Amino acid sequence: MTSRRHIPLLVGLGVVAAILLGKIFSLQVLEGRYKEDADHNSTIYETIYPTRGVIYDRNGDILVGNKVAYDILVSPREVKDFDTLALATVLGVTPEFIRGKMDEYHRNRRRIGYQSQVMIRSLPSETYMRFDEVRYKFPGFKGQVRGVRDYPVNAGGNLLGYVSEVNARYIERHPGEYRPGDYAGMTGIEAAREQDLRGEKGYHIYLRNSRNQIEQPYKDGAEDKEAVPGHDIVTTIDASLQQYGQQLMKNKVGSLVAIEPSTGEILALVSSPGIDVEQLADIGRHYEEIAKNPYKPMYNRAVSASYPPGSVFKLVNGLIGLEEGVLRPEMMYPCSQGYHFGAGRKLGCHVHKSPLNMEESIMMSCNAYYCYVLKNILDNRKYDNVAEGMDAWHEYVESFGFGRKLGSDFPAELAGGIPTSRTYNRAYGKGHWNSTTVISLSIGQGEILATPLHLANFCATLANRGYYYIPHIIKASEGVEIDPKYYEKQYTKVSTAQFPKVIHGMWRAVNGGQGSGCTAHVAAVEGLDICGKTGTAQNPRGADNSVFICFAPRENPKIAVAGYVENGGFGASYAAPMASLMVERYLTGTVSRKDLEKRMKDANLLSRVKKD
Amino acid sequence: MIGENAQKRDLRQSVDWRLIGVYLALVVIGWVNIYASVHSAEPASIFDWSVRSGKQFVWMLTAFGLGGIILFLIPPRLWEVGSPLLYAVVLGLLVVVIFVSKDVKGSHSWFEFGPVKFQPAEISKITTSLLLAALMSRQGFRLTRLRDFLLSLAVIGVPMLVIVAESETGSALVYVGFIFVLYREGLSGWWLALIGLVILLFITTLTLSPYTSVLILIAILTLCCALNGPRKEFWRRIGLGGGFVAVMAVVPLLLRTLSAAVERRSAFLASRYWVPREGESDQLFWSFLPQIDPFWILVGLSLAALPFIGFYAYRHRDRFLGVSLAAFVVGIALVFSTEFIFEHVLQDHQRSRIEVLLGMKEDLAGVGYNVNQSKIAIGSGGLFGKGFLQGTQTTLGFVPEQSTDFIFCTVGEEWGFVGCLVVILLYVFLISRLILDAERCRSPFTRIYGYCVAACVFMHLFINVGMTIGLMPVIGIPLPLLSYGGSSLWAFTILLFIFIALYRDEKKYF
Repeated sequence: MTSRRHIPLLVGLGVVAAILLGKIFSLQVLEGRYKEDADHNSTIYETIYPTRGVIYDRNGDILVGNKVAYDILVSPREVKDFDTLALATVLGVTPEFIRGKMDEYHRNRRRIGYQSQVMIRSLPSETYMRFDEVRYKFPGFKGQVRGVRDYPVNAGGNLLGYVSEVNARYIERHPGEYRPGDYAGMTGIEAAREQDLRGEKGYHIYLRNSRNQIEQPYKDGAEDKEAVPGHDIVTTIDASLQQYGQQLMKNKVGSLVAIEPSTGEILALVSSPGIDVEQLADIGRHYEEIAKNPYKPMYNRAVSASYPPGSVFKLVNGLIGLEEGVLRPEMMYPCSQGYHFGAGRKLGCHVHKSPLNMEESIMMSCNAYYCYVLKNILDNRKYDNVAEGMDAWHEYVESFGFGRKLGSDFPAELAGGIPTSRTYNRAYGKGHWNSTTVISLSIGQGEILATPLHLANFCATLANRGYYYIPHIIKASEGVEIDPKYYEKQYTKVSTAQFPKVIHGMWRAVNGGQGSGCTAHVAAVEGLDICGKTGTAQNPRGADNSVFICFAPRENPKIAVAGYVENGGFGASYAAPMASLMVERYLTGTVSRKDLEKRMKDANLLSRVKKD
Repeated sequence: MIGENAQKRDLRQSVDWRLIGVYLALVVIGWVNIYASVHSAEPASIFDWSVRSGKQFVWMLTAFGLGGIILFLIPPRLWEVGSPLLYAVVLGLLVVVIFVSKDVKGSHSWFEFGPVKFQPAEISKITTSLLLAALMSRQGFRLTRLRDFLLSLAVIGVPMLVIVAESETGSALVYVGFIFVLYREGLSGWWLALIGLVILLFITTLTLSPYTSVLILIAILTLCCALNGPRKEFWRRIGLGGGFVAVMAVVPLLLRTLSAAVERRSAFLASRYWVPREGESDQLFWSFLPQIDPFWILVGLSLAALPFIGFYAYRHRDRFLGVSLAAFVVGIALVFSTEFIFEHVLQDHQRSRIEVLLGMKEDLAGVGYNVNQSKIAIGSGGLFGKGFLQGTQTTLGFVPEQSTDFIFCTVGEEWGFVGCLVVILLYVFLISRLILDAERCRSPFTRIYGYCVAACVFMHLFINVGMTIGLMPVIGIPLPLLSYGGSSLWAFTILLFIFIALYRDEKKYF
């Protein structure tokens, strides 16, 4: 029987073959995802973590180094029945912990598949060695070396910052840079120079089979990538000064900030209470304890705490008055234990000689004098009204770095706050306030807020007679660049000629001699020519804060220090002695005033501090 | 001298060496890929008896021996004469195996004699082909005669049903391919179209909706009737049917919009304080609207039109229109029963395989794992493949059944698109060569048997390769000649070499 029916059948065969080949072509050539899936399937990337860069101080001493620790990894699918208790004992955890983890892996077994999970992080070497001896009893468990941070000097946890595992939010904020399990610097220097310190991860590629057994290195390791160690960082910190500051501030709440005026380099940045470096290495385990501490050790007061600067701010007002021509050094103003204004209202002052000139006002820290000064600045005839005077004043103040972020390379720096006419217009209404309304600005109270870093920077500006370098904590070193802005002089709006006039007052405030009425006699050190200014800032939450700024020596200053001790009382009580001890220690290498040093170290002000 | 010459001429010319060449090529390709698919970090020799490639080598040699025996020793006429007996014996084995075999993944289809395993379903293809060819080549056999048609359906259907009873649905599916043989021998092409329509309706009902399915059914039938009817009727039929489909396509949308409006209105009436005045009611007249399922409108209207079209067909003696109406009723019934078949007739694993195939659910760890891994392996091959033994997916064991049912993955991964092209073209050559050879035969038995072989190879090829690339549900049948396994290789060797022997016998007389 002949028929032509084989033709449609042959055509049909051709069509089916074309459909098959078309689909195969689309799978193999047009769609790329299967190739990736295949790699994902069959290759396993073993991450090689780079060594994190070492952090040095300005003299080449190691602030933060590295040591070896071990993570315990589990491949849940390879785990056979094992003695939970034995494993828990070896690893130093509870059996419940291990059971909990294994249950968790079981719940997420779909997602985990053949991957390894980190069960315990950063075990010390000794524990790991114990585990390694009995590892054969626990198939599916293995160790992985990881470098952890090592802190040879107690330079303060807040300054150094901690390194911890990145969380989901952190990964999201740094797209493409981190994967779960990576570590990153979260605060302090570790965070500031994370880019330099972290290095680049490498990897070994292995082929694995469907049962997740590693078969062989992929292409004999030709595609492997070595880890690139992180850059070492040289900081501007002086390790011994920093450590000394830490000791002084023990059991006090506040900050000590030291800057080298001629460069803007931060020599010490102490925030107290801080995170203990012992806890820093293993922050995860101590995090809760630290977070619960009522004195908030996580909070870096040196850069983030906004305080009223108190009387040290009189220097700013004095300088502005001089520049505006409303104040001359020889001008005398009376002080009858305060400044009287309006109907029986008074801004009080302590007992000292009256009337007095500008130098003496600095030396004795007269409140009334600066009320006159501020009034003259704000009510200056050349401005149409007090609001204009206020804004002119604000511009001057801001040129000292107050009221804005200085732009240092240290994270978490806050701006503080300096009021403008708008501040008061909003509070009192336009035209419903005048210079007496804001008179407390004259003595650094009221709406003025500054961080200890601001005060130290101001002190460095005084030391430099009119300019500052933006304070910074990283020195340029091989492979590490710093922003050129740190090399630029930042001039204030007050001309440099005005500065020597107040500096002599500062010198006399420290070196006026007993009985002269000078406020900071306690800070005087023979031969160091320390110039300083005390402050006693009102603290609505208890005793006054003790404030002191100083630099030394008077000519070619090497160090400018700001001390701020919460609830410390008079500036001369705590801030002044501690700041001067810092100066003495830095300039001479030793401290001659052992009694004072001991008194400062032993003092415990924590009970005075209100807890939330 | 003359005899020797005749012998030489005979061998060179009467045997279709190209078929044998393609056969050998496919077997060797299979062998090499079986070696590659089980290649591990410690390479064994391709001849090593302890690995599958070594065993396959032995299967190959014995298969060649079998082929030689069939080609040269067994008188070809025996096949036609012996076909009823062979068919009966194998059918008996198919039934017996259900009761004596062990449960292998739910199916009862393997005889086990110590280390030797054997699946009667594999050789049942041969005996069915033989008996079908014998039956249909009988003098006076006509497919258009109902008795003959049913008889041939029985020859195909009985072993098929027994195999379904063994839970080897995949092997049973191959028998559907015999429809092509029936088609060649005079079965109306509309039967093929009907089968296609059934599959299409099944898929659209599951993935889209019964409503869309019925619309598609009407559209297709309208088109067929228009093409088959008188020429002057063409546009009228297209207009009528197409218009109906177009109108019904927007009805659900319209109904939804109206229902929404009605519901808003009802909600408003229900929400306000209502003091009915005379002749007022808080019941909206139209509130029956949202309760209407457009599917019933469609079915109702269609069935209402049925008697009129039927009458028209009767008056004009339009047989095709009548058959189309019957097909429509069957189609509606199918749409109604799809859900029932899917949920109750199919077994769980079959249902989930179809669900995965149709994209109704994704289950990469479970049922979808095989297909996904298989697609990954093939897809990662690229244009030229990763090279011999360089495949990572197959050699490292990500693809299951990689040397048997999923052998095509190894081809795809290591030899790339070029390799797939070569293999598929070899099959296309094999099948088309079988068809063309069959057409050239004078003996109807040889011709029909040739078509049976072609149909079997084609079904295996389409189902197996379709499965590995995600065009077909996962159906565990081997790729002819390539897949690992003695029973399958032997079966296809016998199937093929019987044809070559028959064809040679045919040529002798020229």
